[in-house]
Amino acid sequence: MKGQAMAYREPRESAAGTIREIAVGSGDPAVVVGGENALPFYLFDGAMPNTPAIAMEVFDVAPEGWPTPLSDALGDVMGDPVTWAKACVEKHGARLICLQLAGTDPGGANRTAEEAAATAVAVADATGVPLIVYGSGNADKDAEVLKAVAAALNGRSAMIGPATEDNYKAIAAVALAYGHGVVAETPIDVNMAKQLNILITQLGLPADRILIDPSTGAVGYGLEYSYTVMERLRLAALIQNDDMTRMPLICNLGKEAWRAKEAKATEEEEPAWGDAAKRGVLWEAMTALSLTMGGADVLVMRHPEAIALVGKAFEGLSAQ
Amino acid sequence: MALSGLDIFKKLPKTNCGDCGIPTCLAFAMKLAAGQAELSQCPHVSPEAAAELSEASAPPMRGVTIGAGDDAIRVGEETVLFRHEKTFVNPCAFAVLVESGASDEAIDGTLAQIEAASFERVQQHLGVGAVAIKSTADASRFRAAVERVRSKTALPLVLMSEDASEMASALEVSAEVKPLICAATESNFEAMLALAKDNSCPMVVRASGLEAVAALTEKAVAAGVKDLLIDSSPTTAGEALRDHVFARRAALNQKFAPLGFPIITFPGDLAAGDDMLEALYASVDVEKYGGVVVLTSADAWKLLPLLVLRQNIYTDPQRPMQVESKIYEFNNPGPDAPFLVTTNFSLTYFIVASEIESSKMPTYLGIVEAEGLSVLTAWAAGKFVPERIAKFVGASGAAEKLGHKEVVIPGMVAQISGELKEELDGWDVVVGPREAADLPAFLKKKAG
Ligand code: B12
Ligand code: SF4
Repeated sequence: MKGQAMAYREPRESAAGTIREIAVGSGDPAVVVGGENALPFYLFDGAMPNTPAIAMEVFDVAPEGWPTPLSDALGDVMGDPVTWAKACVEKHGARLICLQLAGTDPGGANRTAEEAAATAVAVADATGVPLIVYGSGNADKDAEVLKAVAAALNGRSAMIGPATEDNYKAIAAVALAYGHGVVAETPIDVNMAKQLNILITQLGLPADRILIDPSTGAVGYGLEYSYTVMERLRLAALIQNDDMTRMPLICNLGKEAWRAKEAKATEEEEPAWGDAAKRGVLWEAMTALSLTMGGADVLVMRHPEAIALVGKAFEGLSAQ
Repeated sequence: MALSGLDIFKKLPKTNCGDCGIPTCLAFAMKLAAGQAELSQCPHVSPEAAAELSEASAPPMRGVTIGAGDDAIRVGEETVLFRHEKTFVNPCAFAVLVESGASDEAIDGTLAQIEAASFERVQQHLGVGAVAIKSTADASRFRAAVERVRSKTALPLVLMSEDASEMASALEVSAEVKPLICAATESNFEAMLALAKDNSCPMVVRASGLEAVAALTEKAVAAGVKDLLIDSSPTTAGEALRDHVFARRAALNQKFAPLGFPIITFPGDLAAGDDMLEALYASVDVEKYGGVVVLTSADAWKLLPLLVLRQNIYTDPQRPMQVESKIYEFNNPGPDAPFLVTTNFSLTYFIVASEIESSKMPTYLGIVEAEGLSVLTAWAAGKFVPERIAKFVGASGAAEKLGHKEVVIPGMVAQISGELKEELDGWDVVVGPREAADLPAFLKKKAG
């Protein structure tokens, strides 16, 4: 063996499993996600037919406390979800909108299910792009709100969620009834994610109408866990061809990235941290790209510049 | 690569003399295989056997030290492709580029920026690891720039020139501090190799594509120069990703020694002058197998997220870091000072502590034992719940320190305030802000 020069063979690896391909929305504007049989951008191993999709966030009620560089970049749209959504599509080129119904939270504005449904329809009508609709995270209220939303968006193949172990029955049932898919959220755990998918499919919702939301931590705030759980989910799908992990992954990261002090602090507050506008954009973009490298197929994002930047990185990574 | 105890035993003298400190050759072989002994402990092993054993037991990816003294950095020695298998070993180092063609003032400015880009997070110091000096003018200017940088910083140096005579001249003024020679290529190979060998400095081997890189590293190793980093000269971020993955797989899965070296990356070269994009490409290098990542500038807004990401990627995913459960005092609190509680997750503690410190408000912070989990995780796991918080408050000696009976809980667990009040007889429970960043304003308002 010794002295025998070994020749270099390119160590390509092929997968046993393929991630399910899911269309969000119907008809022409539908956005197809998933479908890869390789790790993210491992185009040397297999195919990634769909570049990860970015869903731009729109809130039902005007968010408060956002840093100035962020709210300035979005402009004077935050008071009205329809105006906001139109700006996303027309100004920032969004092909997918994530409507965040934070205003339905009983601990907050406590908007009704009917109001939420009206907002969802107005946004869908005004933009024509497919919707992902997230409730406020309150399990009981989300079940009620998403029922109304699902009915109002009948036939538009939206994705609704988060369906959790506490409310998946109600949410999967309305998704099934009105032709939508669900976002199944579990707290950073491979087995819990699989289990929830099993439960939801047992209710009759086809496996190709589920996105896994593995719970997201931003850079510096739990990313080390999210990244690795996503890698493990993805390896289970690709290498072991584990059927209940072969769903595309979605990361609701805008809110996590912009909670970080490093993203929000002004230069006066933290002079040693440098340009606040660039720092905030980069915090979100780096969180998004890191989660992509962990396996995300859909990224829910906030700042238009962070979205554009991540898009550029996708182009660079696709050039192989 | 890993040899079994039996494989090793076959090559030992089998005399059971015990000079190694272990009674038998077999027992010694077992310890060697387990990494609990060093071959040098056996004085009787033949030189041929020693050479074979050390070669066969060499790690699949070499560790390389750059620089000398306390600030030296070590990269490589990675053993896995995915961090859930085993924690990554040596965090990649960020080097910042200085061009020799820049003025002295500009160079000093960059060095000052490098020094300023220094952050404390969860008890770790985060900062730039090395300074890369790139020749963009003539040989004498390169040498002068290297001398200047060396006189102003103790950070390890990366000397970037493909001209061997220029490199030789720069090494005359820097070889003692073991800079990284960057780079040996097909056209300057013999001369650069001689410099690395004569000065015992680590060296980058650069070629177009991994196959060409491997051909050169084999030659270098044959000549006795083993402290190598590799650069396959990718022209896009996608090619960089591919080469990084292939090199790591070749080294670890195929035991292909010629690629068993840490990788040096230049994300700025792939980003066409877009410094935000450079930072994003650098983040992929952090996750996907970069060893030394050379950045074109030392802006804090760029380094802070990269350094924090690196801390994330290189921590042990199994074991959260924890702090001791007790009452911590900030800014000389007296009996009137507010009393806050949170969990013993290090990240949580340090974020909260730094906000209290910066507020300059006298404060007590009680740390509840919660298995090192964050506030919400601990709450959901039943570790930061009214019963346990009340027990902590009772046992912590808070009553003796405080002239009041009021405890402030994190805003994220506002829902427990009623129940906690019942558990803590006679105490008031105040719900604090959700984010620690809002603590200074909260504390100031509280003090009136
Ligand atoms: C990383 C993470 C984990 C890691 C654990 C990391 C750790 N050491 O804690 C792992 C993967 C192990 C994990 C496990 C679980 N997790 Co978890 N996890 C997260 C995640 C992604 C981030 C948490 C984090 O690190 N935050 C950063 C720290 C710094 O935040 P923090 O401690 O809250 O501190 C902030 C504030 O609270 C404030 N603050 C802190 N202290 C104080 C004090 C005062 C006085 C004030 C005013 C403010 C303040 O300052 C900080 C910064 O602003 C969150 C989701 C998310 N994005 O937040 C879910 C999350 C917290 N987890 C959750 C759950 C349910 C779990 C599990 C129980 C799941 C399960 N059933 O197994 C387990 C429990 C673990 C166990 N041992 O049993 C849920 C909780 C749901 C809920 N709303 O209650 C969450 C929200 C995810 C979700 N959406 O479902 N988790
Ligand atoms: S010193 Fe060497 S020869 Fe003697 S017992 Fe130990 S291993 Fe065997």
